[in-house]
Amino acid sequence: MSLYKVSPFGTSSRFVGFENFLQLFQSGRFLQSVYTTLIFVVVTVGIGLVLSFFLAMLLNDKIPGIGIFRTLIFSPYAVSPAVAGVLWAFLLSPLSGYVSYLFLIFFKVQPQWLTTYPLALIAVMIATIWQNIGFNVIFFLAGLQSIPKSYYEAATIDGANSVGKLFNITIPLLSPITFFLIIMNISSSVFYSFAAIDVMTEGGPSNTTTTMMYEVYREGFFYFNNGAASSESVILILIMAFFTYLYFKFGQKAVHYQ
Amino acid sequence: MTKKQKRTVHVIIKEVALIVITIIMLLPILLSITMSFETPSEVFTYPPRIFPNTLYFGNYVNAFNSIKLGRLLINTIIMSVIIVAGKTVFGILAGYAFANFKFKGSSLLFALLFVTIFMPAEMIMIVPLYKLMVSLHWINTYWALTIPFIASATSVFLMRQYFLTIPKELEDAAKIDGAGSIKYLTKILIPLSKTMIGSVIVINFVYAWNFYLWPLVVINSNSMQTAQIGLQMLMTTGATRNWGIITAGTIIVLAPVLILFFAVQNLFVQGIVTTGLKE
Repeated sequence: MSLYKVSPFGTSSRFVGFENFLQLFQSGRFLQSVYTTLIFVVVTVGIGLVLSFFLAMLLNDKIPGIGIFRTLIFSPYAVSPAVAGVLWAFLLSPLSGYVSYLFLIFFKVQPQWLTTYPLALIAVMIATIWQNIGFNVIFFLAGLQSIPKSYYEAATIDGANSVGKLFNITIPLLSPITFFLIIMNISSSVFYSFAAIDVMTEGGPSNTTTTMMYEVYREGFFYFNNGAASSESVILILIMAFFTYLYFKFGQKAVHYQ
Repeated sequence: MTKKQKRTVHVIIKEVALIVITIIMLLPILLSITMSFETPSEVFTYPPRIFPNTLYFGNYVNAFNSIKLGRLLINTIIMSVIIVAGKTVFGILAGYAFANFKFKGSSLLFALLFVTIFMPAEMIMIVPLYKLMVSLHWINTYWALTIPFIASATSVFLMRQYFLTIPKELEDAAKIDGAGSIKYLTKILIPLSKTMIGSVIVINFVYAWNFYLWPLVVINSNSMQTAQIGLQMLMTTGATRNWGIITAGTIIVLAPVLILFFAVQNLFVQGIVTTGLKE
């Protein structure tokens, strides 16, 4: 379909070769959506995984009540991107929002989170990172618990300090789980963040929160431009296929089995 | 300080840190619960409150009245049950096939399947899939909401991984006792895999309940829509956003899946720990 021009109601179509793709790369909106997606993915996956890793480290200790802490910190897993979007839109809203209120007290400003650039993009990123933490912590914690205690004991006898243990034991042994989480997080940031964007900003202000997936939706179901939407999907598939290829090529090799 | 005292200090610091972090993590949900119980006049008072003054249920009633939330929830339940049942049954069957039988092209087929875990079909193929629904006259029906999603790579993958951990000797023993492949699956494998099947059910229920883009596209009548889209409707009804009603609606939509998650969380995480990590 990406090679055809289709009339809005799908009644007729004609073959146009790569014209749809050419037009995409000439349109500022599509290139902007690629750029937005790139920033969005790098920030949400990067910050999300680092935060989740430290949370999992904190949770990997036998102290009283740890079961309750784990259950509660896992709970965003059950929260949908749409719910996360609404919750954060509420916290950041200028009239009743708690975060906006704190900004007013501490910085004497009340930012318009959802309607100005780049705050709107940051707001959607916060909601996405928060929503992903539950899933990431579950997997990181599972990974941490599969590392045998004896490795740490041996390292202590050899005189390693806790930073050394972190970099020489924990992080290398967690690499398979980290690779898996990176690819899952990329997929979730690229695709499932759609709902958060839709409830929070609907792609605005002036398309600054329009990711590639949102752009596909808009072309296909708002402007009824099926050819363009399909071309965008094809490019999205190629990009994701590339990441999946990287995962299989390097992710599997870099895995440290015991 | 003795070693024991050191440990005590360490535990106390960690406890405090965890309490603070957990509260911060849950604040979006907790503060929304507060807001959902505030009366219309309190909703717009400034500064916002941490705890509600009264337990006002009007917002919950209004959330059900301003959009057809009851109907949307029923739609979501029907959709989720069908999707969960399909994905679980097909996950078990296909997982069994990939784990216990070698057939021509099985590894290629499995690799192809694995790739789709990262690329949800309803997202990357949204336009052609939508066209298919149009030509089947499935727009605005449960068919469109469920049939394309009654099987999934994630379930197949998880079931296969789990079945691989079950010793082959069991299958040989069953065969000697005269049990066929189907009998081995239903009488031995499935009872042994209860934890994993439980996890698969939870994963799929969360997935189906939280479905968003697809219903948005294939459903355009308000009474066939799902609850997640209801939230977007609540956000866009009315000239100003009434956060009391919006948060009440959000809590209603969130509650079933959150309660299920709390109830079976131990089992679910165990399933992931024991299988999800093994290659």
